[in-house]
Formats: sequence, structure tokens, C-alpha cells
Amino acid sequence: MKDFRVTPIRNGTVIDHIDCGMALKVLRIIGFTGENVWSTVSVLMHVPSKKAGWKDVVKVEDRELDPKEVDKIALISPRATINIIRDFNVAEKYKVKLPEVVRGIVRCGNPNCITNLAEPVESEFTVESQNPSVLRCIYCDRILEDISEHII
Amino acid sequence: MSDFKGSDVVSIRDLSKERIEQVLDLSEKMIPYAKGEKSTKALDGRILANLFFEPSTRTRLSFESAMVRLGGSVIDVAFPSMTSVSKGETLADTIRMVESYSDVIVLRHPHEGAARLAAHFSTKPVINAGDGAGQHPTQTLLDLFTIRREKGKIEGMHIVMVGDLKYGRTAHSLAEALSLLGAELTFVAPQNLQMPKETVKEVEKLSNKPKLVSKMDDVITQADVLYVTRIQRERFPDPSEYLKVAGSYRIDKNLLREAKKDLIVMHPLPRIDEIAPEVDNTPHARYFQQAFNGVPVRMAILLLVLGAESNEGF
Repeated sequence: MKDFRVTPIRNGTVIDHIDCGMALKVLRIIGFTGENVWSTVSVLMHVPSKKAGWKDVVKVEDRELDPKEVDKIALISPRATINIIRDFNVAEKYKVKLPEVVRGIVRCGNPNCITNLAEPVESEFTVESQNPSVLRCIYCDRILEDISEHII
Repeated sequence: MSDFKGSDVVSIRDLSKERIEQVLDLSEKMIPYAKGEKSTKALDGRILANLFFEPSTRTRLSFESAMVRLGGSVIDVAFPSMTSVSKGETLADTIRMVESYSDVIVLRHPHEGAARLAAHFSTKPVINAGDGAGQHPTQTLLDLFTIRREKGKIEGMHIVMVGDLKYGRTAHSLAEALSLLGAELTFVAPQNLQMPKETVKEVEKLSNKPKLVSKMDDVITQADVLYVTRIQRERFPDPSEYLKVAGSYRIDKNLLREAKKDLIVMHPLPRIDEIAPEVDNTPHARYFQQAFNGVPVRMAILLLVLGAESNEGF
């Protein structure tokens, strides 16, 4: 019999092919960092991947992701795949993909950018590259460095 | 027909080559009006709001002069510290208020992206007159206009940019616009102030590969245009290092002896000591002409964004 490190889940989401070392950031994005968590979360870090050497995997039971969360995952792990599990079966499977413009999910890293002041606007970036993620602020025109540190 | 009407001028990147040429062509026609040799009422009854949240002499006065020369009026805020902004009002609210008093807004603001934000909230055209260390498109346009007017064309001209090319984002925009219009570029700067890789890549994409060098002597003989920018003291932790570097990029008569006869020297001003005063009286100096050109270029932009360029058959 095959030896599973983590057992299959009945309902929920499996986030697969996360870039190695990014699993804990994914947990932060989906808000599973300790408080108000009512279902089981399994994290696999640095497991062999057929596609690309090593990967991380996050399994969340009884929860599906909203589109903003998926976009945030795409920012830090452009090769990730989302598997929606219903009654032990993969009901949906898709690769994360950033839209051409991302709004309100990451803040500009330029401290002098007008969007970092108390103005009534959402941050907005054009996506210049998907993998690796390259974002340019439409307001101050700067390329955002260190994206994972600026996720809202 | 004007497709420019109602447009914002936030970044030079927003303008296609055709639009840049449209501005430059109309600027040419504005010269006699800018000098006061001809008069016009093309913008009679129109109001420009000059919103300067940072001090500026040339830009603010040249916009005001441009609007008045076109028969329009200017309202402005003399001291931003006395406005409701100092009471914590957002820029978005200030803009929504000012747009109801005017037909076009000119904005200078200490924060990058301020003009884009203003354009987002204003239904009236917004012209960026400098946002922090960000864009200053009308400066770029007047630089392009000066080169075209003095040299007859931009395409194929060898333009040498010298000074602080790393931090001055107006230098980046100018380099990109010049390459879009087909100029050959050389960047002269000490290694720590050389043009950023990102801009060099952009220039390469648009035109030929630029040359990057650290010494003036190597390139002065081939230049058609020498564009000088200020090297700021605060970029150097050691004052003696600053003096050494600034001294080695100083433009004086001795250096220009090796230059082409028709080389022109430009500078966005204010200059400190990058160009020796003795250069002012040589046939190379064009920086005061360049400052004047701010008026016809801004007249052209105002006419275009207000859709009035055909009012008096310009």
C-alpha cells in the first residue's frame, strides 16, 4: 500500500506546486495562521515534485478560496495549482493566473507613492510578467520589489 | 479633429510618437505668440488652476505665461500651507473641488503618482508639472522641442547625457522619449550615478544600444547635443568625493574646444556649477532658450487638451 504523508481530504482545497519555501506565506494569505481556524490544515514543505524538483503543498479542509486569495497566491507562486475537492474527488483543478491588472491585493513598496497616503484609492499594478511576477504601480510607475512582503 | 481633447498629460509614456510630434509641431507655431509678437484669444474665458504643492519658479511661471498669452486666466494657490490640505484634506478631495472652478489643472506635488491620482478623480484634463521624483512630461517635451528646433531633427542626432542619470527620473523619461524618436544616446556618469539598467533596456528596445561611459573626454568630439544635469551633493557621503566627481563633469570652454562647432549645450536649470558661466556667451549655450521654450510648448499642450488648437487656425 502507498504510504501517504497526509491523508486525502473529503472537502476543501489542495494548493499544489507551491514554490518551495512559500507554504507559510500561502497560509498567511488565506488567513490560516492560528486564530479562528475551525478546520484541519496540512502543510507539506519540500516534497519531491515531478514537474520541478521540490515543491510545497497546502491542504485546507472545508474551505474554498476566493478569487483575491488565488491572485495573491499567484503573485508569490506563479506555478501553483488549485484543486477543489468535493467528496474525495477533484471537482475543479486550475493553475493560478494573474489578471493583467491587480487591484487592492498588494501595496506599493515606494514609501513616497501617493497610494501609501490616506487617499481614497486602491493600489493598482499592471502585470508585466507572470513568472516571475513583475508588477508596475500605475500611480508612481515603479516596479514592485519583494512582492511577498507587500501583500495586503 | 482633435483626439487630444480632454486627455491628461501625466507621463511621457502616455504619448505616442505621433502625439509627441503633434505637440512639437504646434509649439513651433506658438513661438511668435509666446514672444508677444502676435496675440490670440484662443483660450478666452478658460481657466487654468495652478496647483503647486512644492516650490517651483520656471514651471509655474511658464504655465501662467502660456495661459495668459492664449487669452485665458489663471487661478492658483499661493501657499499650499495655508490651504485645507494642511488641515488633512486628501488630494482627491482637493482635486474634486478645484476641477469645479477650472477647465484644466496643472499639478506639482511632492509624492510620486499624485498626478495619476488627480487624473483619476478629475473630469477636467490634468497636466503633471512634476510629482516627487517621478514624471515631468512637459519638461521632456520642451527638451525634445529645443533639440528639434535647434538641430532641425531628432532622428540620428547623437545626444550625450551627463550628470546624475541614476536618480533623476526626468533623465530616464527624456532618454526613453529620445530613443522613441530615433536619437543615438550616450550616457556619461560616474558608476554610482549611471543610468539604471531598466532604462537602458527600455532605450535598447526602442532604438539602438546606448553607450555608457564614465569620462567626458571620450565622447565630446562626437556629440551633437550635450544634455547636462545636476550632480547632487547629498548623493555623496564624503564631501571631498563629491567635489572630485562634480569637478570632473564640469563643462567649460576648455572642454568645448574639442567639440563640434554646432554642438548645443542644454540644462534643465537651475544649474549650480555644472556649466561654467564662461560657456553662456559661446554659440553652444542653449539653456536659456530651452527655458523660454517652456512657454510655446505649454501653450501647445493647453490648446490640445482643451481642444482649441483649431480655434484661430493655428
